[in-house]
Amino acid sequence: MDSSNLFLLMLALGAVAFYIGRGRSLAIATPLGGIRHLHSLPNYYGLNALLWCALPSLIILVLWLIFDEPVINGIVMGSLPADLAPLTTADYNLLLNKISNLADGIMSSKGQPASLIAVADSMAGLRVISQWVLTALCLILATIGLYWGWYKIAPDFRARQSVEKVMENLLLGCACLAIFTTVGIVFSVLFESIQFFRSVPFFDFVFGLDWSPQTAIREDQVGSSGSFGAVPLFVGTLLISAVAMFVAVPIGLMSAIYLAEYSGKTVRTYAKPALEVLAGVPTVVYGFFAALTVAPFLRDLGADFGLTISSESALAAGLVMGVMIIPFISSLADDVITAVPQSMRDGSLAMGATHSETVRRVVIPAALPGIVAGIMLAISRAIGETMIVVMAAGLAAKLTANPLESVTTVTVQIVTLLTGDQEFDSPKTLAAFALGLMLFTVTLLLNIFALHIVKKYREQYE
Amino acid sequence: MKEATAATKTAKDSKSSPKQNLEVDQAQVTVGNRFCENPKMSMRDVNVFYGDKQAIYDVSVDIAKNEVIAMIGPSGCGKSTFLRSLNRMNDTVDGCKVEGEVLLDGDNIYHKNLDVVELRARVGMVFQKPNPFPKSIFENIAYGPKIHGLADSRVDLDEIVEGSLKKAGLWEEVKERLHQPGTGLSGGQQQRLCIARAIAVSPEVILMDEPCSALDPIATARIEELIEELSQNFTIAIVTHSMQQAARVSNRTAYFHLGKLIEVNPTEQVFTMPEHQLTEAYITGRFG
Repeated sequence: MDSSNLFLLMLALGAVAFYIGRGRSLAIATPLGGIRHLHSLPNYYGLNALLWCALPSLIILVLWLIFDEPVINGIVMGSLPADLAPLTTADYNLLLNKISNLADGIMSSKGQPASLIAVADSMAGLRVISQWVLTALCLILATIGLYWGWYKIAPDFRARQSVEKVMENLLLGCACLAIFTTVGIVFSVLFESIQFFRSVPFFDFVFGLDWSPQTAIREDQVGSSGSFGAVPLFVGTLLISAVAMFVAVPIGLMSAIYLAEYSGKTVRTYAKPALEVLAGVPTVVYGFFAALTVAPFLRDLGADFGLTISSESALAAGLVMGVMIIPFISSLADDVITAVPQSMRDGSLAMGATHSETVRRVVIPAALPGIVAGIMLAISRAIGETMIVVMAAGLAAKLTANPLESVTTVTVQIVTLLTGDQEFDSPKTLAAFALGLMLFTVTLLLNIFALHIVKKYREQYE
Repeated sequence: MKEATAATKTAKDSKSSPKQNLEVDQAQVTVGNRFCENPKMSMRDVNVFYGDKQAIYDVSVDIAKNEVIAMIGPSGCGKSTFLRSLNRMNDTVDGCKVEGEVLLDGDNIYHKNLDVVELRARVGMVFQKPNPFPKSIFENIAYGPKIHGLADSRVDLDEIVEGSLKKAGLWEEVKERLHQPGTGLSGGQQQRLCIARAIAVSPEVILMDEPCSALDPIATARIEELIEELSQNFTIAIVTHSMQQAARVSNRTAYFHLGKLIEVNPTEQVFTMPEHQLTEAYITGRFG
């Protein structure tokens, strides 16, 4: 039976199990004088039967789907006649693909060697067997589970606890899934990076001052051998982030102070969501705003003052990115400022301090750890931001601290390295993973730092 | 304290008609000696409103120089509200409106030309829950003198801090760790830190809003001793839930009921021969 049909069948069986379990518990309860003589409500007995019936077979189903193909492939490739045995990994994959396509009937068997067709047939056979075994296994498990769930129903069986235990484990499973995904991403990036560092020395990458990832694809091609010094990219990233923070921190913080301390209730209820809308504007919109409006404006403005500002500048990208980040800071800072106990303000006001003295000398210092944590998160966001920079900052990997020039960032380079037709095992594409890994490390460190400060903040008023 | 409990007992024995009228007369006039000569502060027909709700009705009373006046009464009777209107801390509460006159040395503190900042430097306040700033002990005390420019040099400031901590009886306990956070002190020490902070700006009046309600009995005893010492230099108005505390620390006691000032008399008299039946009912524990 088809896996998806099997899945539906299991769910249907589960539903049946629920009604059987519920019915049996009611049947047991009635002669005793009502459901109050049962340990749990009938629904719990039903749920328990459902879980026993459906869960084991569903787990088997999922595991089977994950391991089914590798196992079959292994068997098939292991049984290859000597004349077909592949030499390299690439050949192996190609052959496997071919056999698989033949087995599926996607590829016409016309003109293929008889031995290959035989192998493909055996693969098709194995697949059919696997599916039948799976179906049988699931049905048997479901039946046993159903019987077990039914058999266990007794007035003193603790169905509530039993169901709760399963629920708890399901929640745990979901939490683990999220974590495993993250770990999976990290490892996939890590492995590709290691491959990259085989061709480019680690220190050349981390401390190299020159970035030009153009490698010759063919032997005869004219082109540099490529140099992968990540420093200009990180400098560019930091430069743009610095410009962004230069805009976002004062504006965000001051608007937060205004909203939390000075504005009336009405202003706050309307102004705060309005400010947060800034965070909801798609970054690509910010991107063309930066590229088409801000950058030319800055260029013309610079010309008036006799400054040469390139039409793609770190300044334009940074300014717009700063605007985008304002709500991150203002919203978080507003929350922590509001969270400062009123008793702190009262204490200061009762000393004869003015409102602004109170804000400056008591409220802000008390909220500082939270504010710093918010700024840290905003920096992480700025470093990881891509779209605005792609559109407004340019692609030239210049090592400069001048925000009027065009620079490029780590994220922009990752985009350009991985878009278009690429050879997937050249250092050029692999460099993207190494950059990704480094970027991930930097933002991770920042986040850990921010979390650490938040934690410290929580202990503040005890 | 013994005196007070004995007093409440005798009061209970002498008048024990169970069906007493505990309603407040609409035309209630405060009984007792509420006025004095050369008062430090005097309140005339003070009404306080929170939005449409009136919290304080026509309270008139004087506070003499260097006396300790205790304000007692059941929860929600407005005693804290009244106390907070004495240094305009109610200004920070939305929708709070004060009518009538509150005079400090003859000047109305609600006059539109009055500088609230200066007023609060002259009338300090200690709150129910200790609220030290999340700064060091030294900075907590130095806060007031710094914003008011009371110290011309670091030495001056050191002196003020030391003097204030000594007056608050905290110096010996904290002199080794002046630069550690004030929040690290025990509850009682924190409250004494707040008192030291309040007296660092040399106020004339100190308002205390249930300063001991968050403290254990030993810390409470320490604060009460302190109040007695402070009364030599400061005028103190204290709101308290504990009648024993009022009896122990105050010269005069004011009894509030549902926003009205019922009775003001010397403390001893309030606890032995209360003039008003409501006061009597409260101190004998019939409600509250």
